[in-house]
Amino acid sequence: MRGKKEEGEEVVDDGWPWLVHKGIWVSFLCIALFALLVRVAVSVHPYSGAGNPPKYGDFEAQRHWMEITTNLPIKEWYANTTLNDLSYWGLDYPPLTAYQSYVHGLLLRFFHPESVAIFTSRGQESYLGKLLMRWTVLSSDALIFFPAVWYFVVGYYASCRSGSKSEVAWHIALILVNPCLILIDHGHFQYNCISLGLTVGAIASVLSNKDLVASVLYCLALSHKQMSAYFAPAFFSYLFGKCLRRRSPLFEVVKLGLVVLGTFVVVWWPYLHSRDALIGVLSRLAPFERGIYEDYVANFWCTTSVLVKWKRLFTTQSLKLLSLSATITTFLPSMVQQIKAPSKQGFLYGLLNSAFSFYLFSFQVHEKSILLPLLPATLLAVEEPFLLKWMTLYALFSIFPLLYRDKLVLPYFTLSALFLLLYYAPSRRQAATETKPLKSYARMFFLLCALILHVVYLTVEAPHRYPFLFEALIMLLSFSQFVILVIHSNVQQWRLKPATLVDKQKKLI
Amino acid sequence: MSGTFSVQTMQVQNSSCWSLWWLFATAACVKLLLIPSYHSTDFEVHRHWLALTHSLPLSQWYFDETSPWTLDYPPFFAYFERFLSVFANFIDPQIVQLLKGLNYSSDTVVYFQRITVILSDLSLLYGIYRLTRNLDSRRQKLIWVLVIWSPMLVIVDHLHFQYNGFLLVAAPVYFVYLLRHYCWRGLLRGFGRLLIMGAVVAAVFVAAYGPFVYQGQIKQVISRMFPFGRGLCHAYWAPNLWVLYIILDKGLAFFLQNIGFNIQAPAASFTGGLVGDSSPFSVLPQITPLTTFIMVLLALSPCLIKAWKDPRPGMITRWVAYAYMCGFLFGWHVHEKASLHFVIPLAIVAAESLDDARHYFILSIVSCYSLFPLLFEAQEYPIKVLLLLLHSILMWLGFSAQFTDAVAVNATTRLKKKRKNNMGSKASPSAASHNGGFDIGWVGKSYLVGLVIVEVWGQLLQPLILGDKLPFVPLMLISIYCALGVLYSWIWQLRRILCSVAVDS
Repeated sequence: MRGKKEEGEEVVDDGWPWLVHKGIWVSFLCIALFALLVRVAVSVHPYSGAGNPPKYGDFEAQRHWMEITTNLPIKEWYANTTLNDLSYWGLDYPPLTAYQSYVHGLLLRFFHPESVAIFTSRGQESYLGKLLMRWTVLSSDALIFFPAVWYFVVGYYASCRSGSKSEVAWHIALILVNPCLILIDHGHFQYNCISLGLTVGAIASVLSNKDLVASVLYCLALSHKQMSAYFAPAFFSYLFGKCLRRRSPLFEVVKLGLVVLGTFVVVWWPYLHSRDALIGVLSRLAPFERGIYEDYVANFWCTTSVLVKWKRLFTTQSLKLLSLSATITTFLPSMVQQIKAPSKQGFLYGLLNSAFSFYLFSFQVHEKSILLPLLPATLLAVEEPFLLKWMTLYALFSIFPLLYRDKLVLPYFTLSALFLLLYYAPSRRQAATETKPLKSYARMFFLLCALILHVVYLTVEAPHRYPFLFEALIMLLSFSQFVILVIHSNVQQWRLKPATLVDKQKKLI
Repeated sequence: MSGTFSVQTMQVQNSSCWSLWWLFATAACVKLLLIPSYHSTDFEVHRHWLALTHSLPLSQWYFDETSPWTLDYPPFFAYFERFLSVFANFIDPQIVQLLKGLNYSSDTVVYFQRITVILSDLSLLYGIYRLTRNLDSRRQKLIWVLVIWSPMLVIVDHLHFQYNGFLLVAAPVYFVYLLRHYCWRGLLRGFGRLLIMGAVVAAVFVAAYGPFVYQGQIKQVISRMFPFGRGLCHAYWAPNLWVLYIILDKGLAFFLQNIGFNIQAPAASFTGGLVGDSSPFSVLPQITPLTTFIMVLLALSPCLIKAWKDPRPGMITRWVAYAYMCGFLFGWHVHEKASLHFVIPLAIVAAESLDDARHYFILSIVSCYSLFPLLFEAQEYPIKVLLLLLHSILMWLGFSAQFTDAVAVNATTRLKKKRKNNMGSKASPSAASHNGGFDIGWVGKSYLVGLVIVEVWGQLLQPLILGDKLPFVPLMLISIYCALGVLYSWIWQLRRILCSVAVDS
């Protein structure tokens, strides 16, 4: 945790190397324990919709899915029946989420049957039930996300770059103690650690040249949360670009295609027996009727709606087309770069850029989806430390209203502080700070705005005419920063040195 | 040349200051996150003391009986509560209302009290900084991590709720004072020194107890502070000698009964009951407060004699820790939380030699584990386990770095910088770390494995095998097993103090 960064480049030895001297896996273990401790500590705080009938919040949704999956046959999970009222938190994630709910539901049923009893368990908030739910997230995190990160670190430092041990430790700490992910999963209550963990696993496999494993893992991520599709352009372009450079491109593409198809068939098997069943599930996953945006999310549609009333001017159908074409246009450059010159470094940037395009321009984005672009940013921490810092701060800021509603203000500020502490871990700080004065003034200005908005949001009541004035301002500020960051990272991807590309291509052949 | 040097020293100092604050801040973050978790009745005790010292005149502090949680800490702590109550009153007046505040548990009071504990750790930070500022950088960092990140402190102060971080500072400041003024054999030798020392001690006592002596209440204050009316052991048995004594008594009684003697079951319990009541022991002689007092004195005497004959400043920390430990092992009505008071000071000398480190490694794990029953609710279970694991792995890392040839480590890191080799290959960790490194030996290892077995039995096997029968067994096992570890540590320290001639300069 704490010190294990540092050392390495500086002349000044301030006495921290002892934390990394045993080799990187001990440091990883140490950081992982600390990261778990932080997660457990966050989980003692309230979750979304705690004590707030009749619909409660995401916690109740997840619990309800456990109730449905453990009590009903698999064919009825996505169907509206007398026992499964889809208007009360009907399942709206792909089958792997349902299976996960089933397994966790079995656990809950073993230790505390009342918390997953059909109908009677609605709004269950008993001490043991809550605790068991929290522990299912913790264990998912520890069993999926953490090993995936370890796999990534090994692959990354074997193929992409070298780093001193303290730098590696610093990198691990920033990936594992990602404040947004912790707040959403262990505070608000979701299982993003599973789909993101599977994605990290897929990325790590790509980095260690196990493309088939990567495809399987990525398909699993996609079957856990459809939002993982944000990364699809990057995976597709890198793997496709790589296949093109092989001796028999067609064979390679077909091989990957079959693996993808096979994985999907296995995961989706129970719903493949009829067209209706499949359509039934798919329509649950894409709730177009909910409009192009909800609440206040810092993306293009929501921000510009202050000026252009999208929802009034266009039909849902044309908005779908509009958002689709905007998304494609924005991730296309990064895709083209990867197909032209696939590289591992470029792949990581590609993940960031495509996820950002989806977050900013696609249909029906939720503010929690900022986790997806944030993930590749943490993976790029050593390359782009400033990007990571800036993005994490504004990503946190963009979910602040949500966390405020969940009564998670204390963990919000604490984790922000903890993130900055880790970022500026002893003797790491000199390395991360030299910029031109003008730029830094602009940064200071934006940071100051964010700080003032925090205070205002917490203390001042919004004017009656504009009850969501502050949410809109927060969204505006975050959006502006995200746009700057996405432009920056696209430029960075195109600027990658061709030397490294050649180097990587040699390795491929 | 000298310019470069001074810049470098400044850098070192800055970065070392930053490290200290960084450790504190990171710890504070975790402690802040833990605010809503379980707190014991001590929380209400301290809240009541805030109210009591705020709303009553000093003359009634030690007489008030509005709540069962009467004031039973020494006067300085009462002054401290009085000081805090000023802010409490400012934040939420209900906190300090004697009657309306009873069992008050709104968010304001929880946040206020929790944050005061976190802030009062600043005094510990200062104490530890003063004590370690002349040590070499690596040892300094190690000690900081051991103390500032002490899992016991988090469990007792920030979860269970107490102000030990604040109390502990008294000891370091005292050492520093002694070091500064008395250890350089200067002009003020002999009588003069004694006089000043006596005066300081007297002044401290006058400041603390003066107001109560003036009011003629000293007897009441003393009787509150030393509750000999309570039992030999606390409700949950602290892992000390008396646990073993009680078990021996039970065992003997059982044995004698089986071979035909008529043994009467004792009427009194160990934890309650007034002095003079019937003995709680069936076979062995009864223990009175006087017995425990004599035992403590006896245990202390070798250390006192040694200190008298051969006063060395380097040993003060050790002696003080040893004294606390004697009190813990042989004292009357000892609370398990008291182990903090010798584990934390010992952290300062833990890195002095390999033996010290081995001893500290085991002692601090055992003491931390013995605090587990304090947090008995399921929600805090992963927290305490993670805290202990993290602490153990940090200790292991720190000690093994300390006792691996320092030169070898430096050399390899520098070599690596040049080579820029990646971490993927496992060959990089210095070969030196494998020979002559930190190792606690097979006895230590098997003792720690036993600890794990005790925990698994209590948490998992006992409920599975015995169900609801014998619910006291897990706690008893923890007490007995930890008592063995603490007893070993006491013997080890005694030996270390007696044969300490060769070790330090």
